[in-house]
Amino acid sequence: MKEIVVERSVARFAAARAVAVVAGSGNGISVGPLRLADRDPRDLPGPEWVRMQPLLSGICGSDLATVDGASSRYFEPIVSFPFVLGHEVVGVVEADGGARYVLEPVLGCLARGIDPPCAACAAGRKGACERIAYGHLRPGLQTGFCADTGGGWSEGLVAHRSQLHRVPDDMSDDAAVVVEPVACAIHAALLGAVVPGERAVVLGSGTLGLATVAALRYHSLPASLVAVAKHPVQRELASALGADAVVAPGELERAVRRITGSLALPRSGAPTRLTGGADVVFDCVGTAQSIASSLDVVRPGGRIVLVGMPGTVRVDLAPLWQREVTLVGAYAYGSEPTSDGPRSTFDLSFELVAAARLERLVSARYPLERYEEAVRHAAHAGRRGAVKVVFDLRRSGRASWRSAASTASTTAAPAASAPEGAHGVPADASPTAPARKEPAGRRRPAKTTTEPVEAHE
Amino acid sequence: MSPRPGFVLEVDRSTPATMFWHGEGFRLERLPVGSRVIYPPEPLAALADPEAAIRDALEHPVGDSEPLSALLRPGMRLTIAFDDVSLPLPPMRPPDARQRVIEAVLDAAATAGVDDVVLIAALALHRRMTDDELRHALGSRVFDAFAPHGLLLQHDAEDPSGVVHLGMTDQGEDVEINRRAAESDLLVYVNINLVAMDGGHKSVATGLASYKSIRHHHNVKTMQQSRSFMDRHRSELHTSNWRMGRLIADAGVKVFQIETTLNLDTFPSQFKFLQKREWEWSLKDRAGFQATRAALDRTPHAMARQIFSSIRSPHALTSVQAGEVEAVHDLTLANVHRQQLVEVSGQADVLTMGLPYICPYNVNSIMNPILVACLGLGYFFNLYRGRPLVREGGVCIISHPTPWAFNPVHHPSYIDFFEQVLAETTDPLEIEAKYEESFATDPWYVHLYRTSHAYHGVHPFYMWYWCAHALQHLGQVIIVGGDRAAVRRLGFKPASSLADALEMAEDVVGRDPSITHLHAPPLFLADVT
Repeated sequence: MKEIVVERSVARFAAARAVAVVAGSGNGISVGPLRLADRDPRDLPGPEWVRMQPLLSGICGSDLATVDGASSRYFEPIVSFPFVLGHEVVGVVEADGGARYVLEPVLGCLARGIDPPCAACAAGRKGACERIAYGHLRPGLQTGFCADTGGGWSEGLVAHRSQLHRVPDDMSDDAAVVVEPVACAIHAALLGAVVPGERAVVLGSGTLGLATVAALRYHSLPASLVAVAKHPVQRELASALGADAVVAPGELERAVRRITGSLALPRSGAPTRLTGGADVVFDCVGTAQSIASSLDVVRPGGRIVLVGMPGTVRVDLAPLWQREVTLVGAYAYGSEPTSDGPRSTFDLSFELVAAARLERLVSARYPLERYEEAVRHAAHAGRRGAVKVVFDLRRSGRASWRSAASTASTTAAPAASAPEGAHGVPADASPTAPARKEPAGRRRPAKTTTEPVEAHE
Repeated sequence: MSPRPGFVLEVDRSTPATMFWHGEGFRLERLPVGSRVIYPPEPLAALADPEAAIRDALEHPVGDSEPLSALLRPGMRLTIAFDDVSLPLPPMRPPDARQRVIEAVLDAAATAGVDDVVLIAALALHRRMTDDELRHALGSRVFDAFAPHGLLLQHDAEDPSGVVHLGMTDQGEDVEINRRAAESDLLVYVNINLVAMDGGHKSVATGLASYKSIRHHHNVKTMQQSRSFMDRHRSELHTSNWRMGRLIADAGVKVFQIETTLNLDTFPSQFKFLQKREWEWSLKDRAGFQATRAALDRTPHAMARQIFSSIRSPHALTSVQAGEVEAVHDLTLANVHRQQLVEVSGQADVLTMGLPYICPYNVNSIMNPILVACLGLGYFFNLYRGRPLVREGGVCIISHPTPWAFNPVHHPSYIDFFEQVLAETTDPLEIEAKYEESFATDPWYVHLYRTSHAYHGVHPFYMWYWCAHALQHLGQVIIVGGDRAAVRRLGFKPASSLADALEMAEDVVGRDPSITHLHAPPLFLADVT
């Protein structure tokens, strides 16, 4: 069984960091702690555990941070080496007759065999689990960072039944693989608590940013929604998914000033700092620059929701203090309060993915063997006209898993060598904004904007 | 020897390359054989004694007006309004025409014992002038006598207490102008008429008006119905201003209009080749051109802009007329036509033009992409009487670097217009309906217009509306040598050379198109039959 393993190697992490800094994100992979390995299937940690064979597994921003050695050392006690990356997973469980599931990767009390569960898990807020490094599993905040579970960048992992969400028969693998990041976006959007009439900004138009745009349009009623996008494909999708205005990073401050009618504090007459700003800013990037930008455009008393994973950053917090801005993190998912009572974020995500046709975010697929190429593609997805890059394990993987499961063989069949790209948008995909889930009378007209996304290899 | 009139050259094999303006630089282009090049007339002779001509005009007014001296009396309120920094182009070598005229008016006022005198720069929605610019326009003697005492004002179209609503025309147009001007016993307006569009009732009805008033004629419909706005009698822009001007007079505002015309002596001696025909360039002209071009090629863009901004034109007065607005303006137009008209027979499939570094709205500033569009498709395209120089469905090829660059102090709303509005649509009607009001009433733009040196928030819209007639008329617009992203944002096609542009044009107008090149500045008015 093949998998991409991350070893504990300070030297390799440091080398990856150095290369990434010099040569750019994604390039650290050639010297970093990742390697393609063959191994036997893992033992099941307990009775409620099953083996899952990934069909598609996404490459996430947090994965790229790991590859580049850029992850915060904060995570050290809550991961265990060696781990297999990949937490955006749609796969099949042979024990269930090959049924398809999406993995909810957070490893909470239930998965860890902790009973009674902590208060957060008991309330359905698995992302806030207080026993994250305890129980019968080794530390690991999620599948994909835990030595005992494996991860999605492989031909097999183990999952607790509480982590599995059945995929509807009419949902494609492409749609299913984005359910996890979309769940993150929904959680963030709801945490932002945008009330009708408020003005929101979404910084960043990668998968998470675009999904946040879709989630805000579906679950909230902002008076205006501004998205920041660097690349044409991102601009088109942000607009198609419901952004009222899509601006380049350098245009954000002026756009927010215009839309909110804010004044500005001039320097040589040019607007440099807004006196007002947006009610809520969703930072889906997580860098020092994006946090600073968020502070630049949020109004006094406004909220900033950190959606993208930050690391150690240096930011001037004077405006946070002087303007009494609320800065809140949005990690993972769990249970969300809705007008129908608490609902699983993943249930909401399945709904939004279908409504907004978010399978169109999947732009390119790679076999596991070409992981270096895949990671470089993902690191420069926007520039290369892509959004979500995934590993496609459907052909080689299934055969090898069956073989491994039945014979405990360590040999996997050779994978197909060619990446499958240009599948970003089904031919009949209609680039429309998600209709809001409220009663039809409150729904906004669907937008008709972008052309289908071209995926490039 | 009398100056030669304008000239239409037909390019043949022996014709030397044609000089195209290209922002702060030039291009030499070989136009296809058979192309026509329209050259401006040579400069008319200057008035021999400008001061005497001015005094004569003041004392021998035209139309239904008494001499200025008869209108002045002790204890009266006198306001002298004058054209702002947008005129003339390039700025005049001192003394400026406004200085000469205003000094004469002030002498007359002093002789009559008038004490309550205020000067107002008629900005309309333009940026406030700097002290240096005011000093240049008025001369130090006037500036020092008025500015320190707060008697040199700049019209503030957004000062609620500083404007007064005089009524509405029979077409429902609000007429709202500067309160001090409206409530004075006499309003003297001092104009410089660089092109036929300037002056007349437009001086007061636009120059001293508010947005509420100006919006009635600065809009897409008016501009599309002005064919062209350089032809007063076929210009809806002017028809509206004339209605307003008559209402202003009927409301009791006594206007004494003083208009001046300039000759086409546009560039100083080191740039004299710019107003010569290429085949008449002397050895010195050729050397001057080559040296200038070579130096500019090696000069950083910002420095080249500074060099050009320092040009002071030797423009000379060719006429002064004073008195009742309409009678004055009729004479003015005759004098403008005497200098600028060039007879042209028939339209072309393709119109080419090289745009210079300056237009009315970037004096001492940056020619941003919106201003490039406005200068090319607003001003130059409309330099006609009769019919446009290019046929309907034809192509306009513009040469200009069109940098994606803005002066954030002068043009803050332009940046947002370019980044946000043009990114969504370039349709003037859609832009007007969807965005104009929010820009016009944006408190930040209002603040900068009133307190800094920013054009009004709505101004970039007007620049785009200025293009509306051309955009409606043309089949395609191509910009040669421009920043490709900026050109595309404008909705135009970029081309790297004139030859490429002409090939692209053939896709629109067919093979072997007829071509007319507008060889300006110096400016002229094509009388197209």
